Amino acid sequence: MLSYSIKRVLMLIPVLLGMTLIVFAIIHAIPGNPALTILGTKATPEAIQNLNRSLGLDQPWYIQYFTYLKHILSGDLGTSIQTNTPIANQIWPHLAATIELSFVAMIIAVVVGINAGIISAWKKNSVLDYTAMIVALIGVSMPIFWLGLLEQWAFSVKLNWLPSIGRMDIISNVQPITNLYLIDTLLEGQLDQFWMVLRHLILPSIALATIPTAIIARMTRSSMLEVLKSDYIRTAKAKGQRMFWIVYKYALKNAFIPILTVIGLQTGLLLGGAILTETIFGWPGIGLYIYNAIQYRDYPVIQSGILVIAFIFVMVNFIVDLLYGLIDPRIKYR
Amino acid sequence: MSEPLLKVENLKKYYPIKNGVLGRVSETVRAVDGVSFSVNEGETLGIVGESGCGKSTTGRMIMRLIEPTEGKVSFEGKNILSLSKSDLRRVRKDIQMIFQDPFASLNPRQTVGKIIEEPMIVHGMGNHKERKQRVEELLELVGLSAYHAKRYPHQFSGGQRQRIGIARALAVRPKLIIADEPVSALDVSVQSQVLNLLQDLQKKFHLTYIFIAHDLSVVRHISNRVGVMYLGKMVEISDSEILYDHPKHPYTKALLSAVPIPDPNSRSERIILSGDVPSPAHPPAGCTFHDRCPVAMDLCAREKPVMKKLEDGRLVSCHLYD
Amino acid sequence: MNQSILEVKGLKTSFFTDDGEVPAVDGVDFSVGEGEILGIVGESGCGKSVTSLSIMGLLPSPPGKIVGGSISFKGEDISHAKESRMRKLRGNDIAMIFQEPMTSLNPVFTIGDQLMEAIRLHNRLPKKELAARAAELLKMVGLPRAKELLKEYPHELSGGMRQRVMIAMAMSCNPKVLIADEPTTALDVTIQAQILDLMLKLNRETHTAIILITHDLGVVAQVCKRVVVMYAGKVVEEGDVKDIFNHPKHPYTEGLIRSIPDLHSKKDKLYTIKGSVPRPGSIEKGCLFAPRCEYVMDKCRTDSPELVGDSHKSRCFLHQVQE
Repeated sequence: MLSYSIKRVLMLIPVLLGMTLIVFAIIHAIPGNPALTILGTKATPEAIQNLNRSLGLDQPWYIQYFTYLKHILSGDLGTSIQTNTPIANQIWPHLAATIELSFVAMIIAVVVGINAGIISAWKKNSVLDYTAMIVALIGVSMPIFWLGLLEQWAFSVKLNWLPSIGRMDIISNVQPITNLYLIDTLLEGQLDQFWMVLRHLILPSIALATIPTAIIARMTRSSMLEVLKSDYIRTAKAKGQRMFWIVYKYALKNAFIPILTVIGLQTGLLLGGAILTETIFGWPGIGLYIYNAIQYRDYPVIQSGILVIAFIFVMVNFIVDLLYGLIDPRIKYR
Repeated sequence: MSEPLLKVENLKKYYPIKNGVLGRVSETVRAVDGVSFSVNEGETLGIVGESGCGKSTTGRMIMRLIEPTEGKVSFEGKNILSLSKSDLRRVRKDIQMIFQDPFASLNPRQTVGKIIEEPMIVHGMGNHKERKQRVEELLELVGLSAYHAKRYPHQFSGGQRQRIGIARALAVRPKLIIADEPVSALDVSVQSQVLNLLQDLQKKFHLTYIFIAHDLSVVRHISNRVGVMYLGKMVEISDSEILYDHPKHPYTKALLSAVPIPDPNSRSERIILSGDVPSPAHPPAGCTFHDRCPVAMDLCAREKPVMKKLEDGRLVSCHLYD
Repeated sequence: MNQSILEVKGLKTSFFTDDGEVPAVDGVDFSVGEGEILGIVGESGCGKSVTSLSIMGLLPSPPGKIVGGSISFKGEDISHAKESRMRKLRGNDIAMIFQEPMTSLNPVFTIGDQLMEAIRLHNRLPKKELAARAAELLKMVGLPRAKELLKEYPHELSGGMRQRVMIAMAMSCNPKVLIADEPTTALDVTIQAQILDLMLKLNRETHTAIILITHDLGVVAQVCKRVVVMYAGKVVEEGDVKDIFNHPKHPYTEGLIRSIPDLHSKKDKLYTIKGSVPRPGSIEKGCLFAPRCEYVMDKCRTDSPELVGDSHKSRCFLHQVQE
């Protein structure tokens, strides 16, 4: 296990390097000159040249890339054109907002999805199974923005149960410590504030969770059906074990590898794909941050935002890979 | 004595296992480790042994379905292992294989007629009409009917599918047929039908068989000579009567005594070997059987025995007969 | 004769498929005495495995269903017992081992987990004693390094070792009956000898009755005391193992025995039973073996023979005419 983990960490290096290279290449492939963007169309050629030199843009691309890499490694993500402040300082609060939202959404997706899938497989071809799978089909087909608007209309506007915009009420005093507000409010012992933050999370996280829930439910069902047919399930029955335990303990652990793969992929997609949800719900996350940056053509921010999302995506899958080994002893670490 | 049809010398297949962070070859699995035997025209050589002994790998290496690591395979005097691709194709027409799993070795989307015709097309035999007629002949020959050509494999029982496999092998008029566990997936009553068919065909077309199987009774029934394999090595090989009636190698003895005889009157004392067959990645030093051998001597742990010819003509690889 | 512990009477099990009802087991009778080893022998599709799953209440349902007859364990009819009752019986009073040792153990739990679970399901024991009992069971089935084995996973064991673990698990609650469904079919012949030896030893020591289901007449001849021969969902012959092998009454049994190649002498040609096993339900009247039988009479094609005889029963008109 240790040797596998080390190997897996070593394998991360080329993946991460490749990732930075791609992000770097994409930004450089975009037509237009950054200096021109910064200085405006009325800039003199000398000014552009000077800025190019000071930005290092007159160097060959590989030198630029290594400079870029050096900066990233030292924690320097560049400076925002829009606000003229270091991106590294701005990005965390946004990222934390997205992580909090995605995390809650993923918990909903995993708990609901896995249970729905298990029950569907267990009670195959029952009304319960058909209902769950039809709902799941609707879930994957539902456009997020439509669902989000529907939620806001029903639960905020009509029923007035839940807030529909933002991470917290306008008048509130959450002290950002970790910027994960659920944790911050608990650290401060402000239970009322915790409840307020949680209420803000409900609608966007449900909207965000819809697709992953449906996908996880379908994967769980098919994986469980396969496992429930196997010989060792029959052995467990022959021992006199209860069906509930056979399903939840015996079968689930075996069925979990493909489910885990889907969870990993969906988590990555959630982090990156939260833009739509964040826009609808005014959620100040990384998605909204990049969205705004795109509108201002703030290339360094776009670049860093993409890099951070890609990095998280890689890390999530790295963790999933390590978890495979914990779940299935047969996975040889080579 | 005339030259044997097939001669296998010191055939080896090693699989390297890569391991560790740098992917170095940490160990080698010796699936087949220096096997030699010959097969005369018109005879049946049985190869028996337990799973993992390398008997199937040996069979496949003869046709170069698996590339040997080392050794020599001469068929009618030509070394198969040094043949060019086109020469190899010509030889493959003379050597055909029948496999264990009649379910898996037939393409489910092809009609039986097409399956049997295909090897003839590959080897450019006859025109369409001639081939079609030959398919019908072959089907009748293996105990099926001409109209079966239009059906698909799933419409047949296990025994019938094995007959189709046999017809396909016969299509190109081979000289040697390598049958790898051809009856082990079949029920007893069907097994005897297929065994009889194989014997009838052998007489009719003067075929030579290499019959690879784990069932010792079946192998005795069909073979003139039998080789016993253990952990990638041939431990004993001789005429089947001599081998079965008076086994010499302790492994052959144990193997034979382990077979349950369908006769409740002779519940014989069995030689029960302890433990499992060791991994071919870590074969014991000396004689590879010594750690399970009931009559092992000190010498056996140190020195590898070599094949020796005894007076009755058998070859055995055991220090007891030094 | 010993008191019978398990009695199957007129058992009928069918599968309800899209093409209608398929009778897999069609009126099977036999009984097992305490401590006895009974062999059930037959070719694939004869209904021997479905019979065992019916006894265990493990039929895949739907589509499988017991549609007639009774299965009494110690006098109690369990053919339609509630699931909660069957759970108490399974693993505790009636245990089972299967053909595929490679896939019958859960790959993601340790041997110890699976073995201790089997014990715990029917016995309340403190954790320490559980582990000790598990190790003891592994020793009983002849596995060395019992303590370490408990922490290992199934894929680290060979097929023979896994079948030993399966047997240890089945024996964990001292069952009255052990149903072994083709326990050695997937194993090599030397390993098969080890496992059969072990089963005989356990039978002697624990007095557990064994129902050995197999297609291998050699195994039956070497291990069993009494034999039931099944063909196309019915019992065609039943009796003492020596009677069956020395004087088979049913032409099917006779044909099966004669079809096996002999290890000790070479026959020129093997006997063959012509044709193949009929699909369940495809023969509507008469003896199911009639189309393949050498001795077939006119009567065989119209009437169904009954299973008759005292200690050596057969389902064939040949013997009913004589008697």
